[in-house]
Parts: sequence; C-alpha cells; structure tokens
Amino acid sequence: MTMLTPVPAISIQGVGKTFNPDSDERVVALEGIDLDVAATEFVSLIGPSGCGKSTLLRLIADLITPTTGTVEVFGRSAHEARLDRDYGMAFQSAGLFSWRKVARNIELPLELMGWSKADREARSAEMLELVQLPEFGNHYPWQLSGGMQQRVAIARALSFKPRLLLMDEPFGALDEMTREHMQNELLDLVAEVGTTVVFVTHSISEATFLSDRVVVLSPRPGRIHAIIDVPLGDRRTEDTREDETFFKSTTEVREALRQVGASA
Amino acid sequence: MVAAAAQRRETAGRRRIQTGLAVAGALVVFSTLWEVYKLLGGIIDDRWPDILPVRPDNLTMPHVWEIAGSFIEPVQRGRSEILAMSLLKAAGFTLIEAGLGFLIGTVVGLGLAVLMLRSFWLDRALVPWINISQTVPLIALAPIVVTWGRTTFLGDTVSVALIAAYLTFFPVAVNGLAGLKSPAPEALELMRSYAAGWSKTLFALRLPAARPYLFPAFKLAATLSVVGAIVGEISAGIRGGLGRVILDYAGRYTTGPEKLYAAVIAAALLGLFVFGMANLAEARILRGENQES
Repeated sequence: MTMLTPVPAISIQGVGKTFNPDSDERVVALEGIDLDVAATEFVSLIGPSGCGKSTLLRLIADLITPTTGTVEVFGRSAHEARLDRDYGMAFQSAGLFSWRKVARNIELPLELMGWSKADREARSAEMLELVQLPEFGNHYPWQLSGGMQQRVAIARALSFKPRLLLMDEPFGALDEMTREHMQNELLDLVAEVGTTVVFVTHSISEATFLSDRVVVLSPRPGRIHAIIDVPLGDRRTEDTREDETFFKSTTEVREALRQVGASA
Repeated sequence: MVAAAAQRRETAGRRRIQTGLAVAGALVVFSTLWEVYKLLGGIIDDRWPDILPVRPDNLTMPHVWEIAGSFIEPVQRGRSEILAMSLLKAAGFTLIEAGLGFLIGTVVGLGLAVLMLRSFWLDRALVPWINISQTVPLIALAPIVVTWGRTTFLGDTVSVALIAAYLTFFPVAVNGLAGLKSPAPEALELMRSYAAGWSKTLFALRLPAARPYLFPAFKLAATLSVVGAIVGEISAGIRGGLGRVILDYAGRYTTGPEKLYAAVIAAALLGLFVFGMANLAEARILRGENQES
C-alpha cells in the first residue's frame, strides 16, 4: 500500500546519529538512513538490539536531534511538527500517571493544549469507548491489567487525533494472547482514526501482521538493511495469521534478520 | 471492585485498632518497668548505694500515678486552673509557632528543590550549604534570630517560627529534589512530545510525582517544627509556650518533679499530634492512587 502522495507523512534523508561524539564513549547509533513513510501507512522498525530502531523513532519525534541529515514530518521539520503536536506517542511501559484517574490520563495532552473541561471530558469518554473501556474512566491505573493500561496509553496518544502515531514496543510487556488481541484492536483503531503509524518492535509476527512495510535495521552502526512489503491488504483479521501470504512475509522478515546477525 | 474497597477499609480499620492496642500495651509495659525499677532499685540502693545509674527515689523518678495525677491538679496552690489546661494553652501557643515554621520551611524547602532542579550550578552551589546549615547548633542560632525579630517588625512569634523553619526546610528540600527527579525518562519524553515546557512539566508531572517523597518529609518536618519551636522558646526566653513551661518546671524541679515530666509528656503529645495530622493529610490526598493505601 505504498501510495505516492505529494507530501509524505515522514521524510528521512541521510540521517545519522552519533551519541557523545567528542568522548571515548562515542557511539554511532544510526548512519545513512533514508526513508519515506506515506500518509496512513503502517511501518514497523525491526532489528536486533542496538540497531537504533528506538533512536530512529525518537529522531522522528524530535526527542533527540540528528547529527547529520534531515527529518521532515508532514513537510515541516520534526521540531516544528512536535511543537504543533502532530504526533502521539506510546511506549513499552504504559506510563500512565498513577495519581490521575484513567479518564484524566487520557485528557492529559488535551489539558496541556488548553482544551475546556467539557471538551476534554467528551473526548476522553469517546476514546474510552473506542478502546473498549467505557466503564473504567473513574478507576486509577493500578486497578487495570497491563493490557488495559496499554489501551489507555494508546487512547491518550490518539486523544487529540494526531495524524501520526509513534509507538515504541507498546505490546512488549504483554503476554502472547493479550498481545495478539491488542494488535487486532490497534489495526481497527488506526483504520478508524486514519493515522500514519511508525511502530518499533522486536517481534517478527507482530511486525508482519500490523505493517504495510517492515523496515529491517542492521546493528552498529544502525542502517536500513531491507524494506519488506507485506501484501496483506487493509483488512486483517485473526485468519490473516494463518494466511499463506502472512507466512511468506514472516519468512522474508526472518531471513532479512538472519542476514544482519539477529538470533531470531 | 466495590467489595475489594470495603474489604480494604475493613482491614484498615482493624489495623488502626491493632495499632491503638499496641501503643496502649507499650505504655502499660513501660509504666510497669518504671515502677518495678523503683521498687527493686529501692532495695538495691539501700544495700549498695550509688551503683544505680538513676536513683529510684520519688524526686528523681516520681511515681507513674503522681505524674498522671498532676495533670488534673491545680497549676499552683490557690489557683483553680488545672495543669492539663495550662499545658494545653501552652501547647496551642507553641503549635502556632510550629505551624508557621512548618509552612515557612515547606515553602523554602520546596523552592530550593525547584531551584536546584532548574539549575545545575545552583544545585552544585546550594547542596553543601544546605548540608552545613544542619550542622550549626540550633541553640546557638536562636538568640541571633530572636534579636533580629526584636529589632524589626517581625516579633517573637515569627522569630521562633523562623527557628523552627530552619529545621523543617531541610527534609523538604532534600526529599523534594529526589521526588522532582523521580519521573521515568519515558514520562519526561511524553511531556516533551506534547511540547510541554519546563513549568508545565513541573506542575503536571514532577510535582505530583514528588508527593510520595514529600509526605515522609512533611511528617519529619512537622515533628521537627515542634522541636524547633520549643528550642527557640527556651533559648529566647519567650513566654507562653511549652518551652517556657519546661524551663519553669525544670527550675522548680525539687518542689514538683512530676510537673516537669507532665510538661515533657505534653511536648511529646504535641509532636505526636502534628505527626498524626501530616499522616492524615497523606492518607487523604494520596487515597486510592496506590495499591498499598
């Protein structure tokens, strides 16, 4: 589904990132990264640990700045995109604020953006509906299971309907069954909201199931080793996991990972 | 979930009763030991004088019931006010100074924590001074502060409050800074992803995250504020508070030792009271947020 739109959602050109460039602990995390992500595309970043996949995600988010090259988000610099709140973000730990009830966690970005109380409450109710937790708005995070907390974190990331969703191993801490369930839900949610997604994972099946394209990174320094198209179309269900094409794409990703020395 | 909450309330209630029983039990055990020491000590003292560390006579160690009874006896011969009432008034006076000191110390402590968080250089510059501040004996500082107060518009109450604040700001600053630094990197990244600036991050993330660190500091600061106020009163010779009462009864120890004990008990109870208030505030404010509470 690599549509060619005039302005890509993300455009990364010649990006490199070196940590501590002037010291003995100098680490070249990324080198020579070129990548375009089209609007509403779902792209996964996969690779062995130390390949810089999380670093790449943080460069897109403007949480760190590249040493070389440029990152553009919707035609502007990543920095401007961040200041305009063009993206929502979710991490491996749900990272809900323990002192806020679930609904108020979802409303956090809206509060920071100066939304009125009524608007915030309407939106958090809507988001809770969307992630199928309508009756949990008044609970504290600790009262929810790990999977439920992660759904709240996703609802929080999408609460202001950003055009881009950046996810760093969001299901990494969940058990296999919850994880697959969450993957289905995420696809439904993303289809409904119509956002572009960049998704960091180290699960091959997760990357294949979710993505239009899987970007395989090689480690030290992190480079793009291969980009694998996953021709599974837009409608993916539980049956997709037993589909011939799914197996084929999974194998392709696995082969690419073996080439870069990942023990997958 | 509702049943779980009820269950939790029930166990909390039971725990409170257990605590009450334990405290009462400890009091009974301590009083008994006191009296047993006096009884056995009397026999030992008769046979081998001067081998006991504390003499068991009624001047050095009044009977438990004499101390307890002194609370309901008149403060002085010929006056109708009972000792308990007089101590309560003095405690109220000291409580105002301590409360003011607690407030000043909390504001200063939190302010310092925020400054140290904000600036690497202030952090470097302030930490040694904050530590040194606590090595200066309070007794030595108190007369200086009281002199300041008397030569300006501040007055004695504010002076004593400042002395109390000198003790209370320290735990608040130290724990406050640790609490402000406690959010996980991901939480800070999240705030940055929302383009939230420094002050928004402070109010929406760092300060709320610091509360579990601050409440233990507040509890400590509350009791320290009472200690500071009493020390301030004693070294400045200010009338009206428990400090002066302790000083007076110490001076008249030989005519009524049990009164000094009663005053010391009153001071301890005041400390316990402010500690309890801080504890209650913590339970109220953090209620429901954590699994433990």
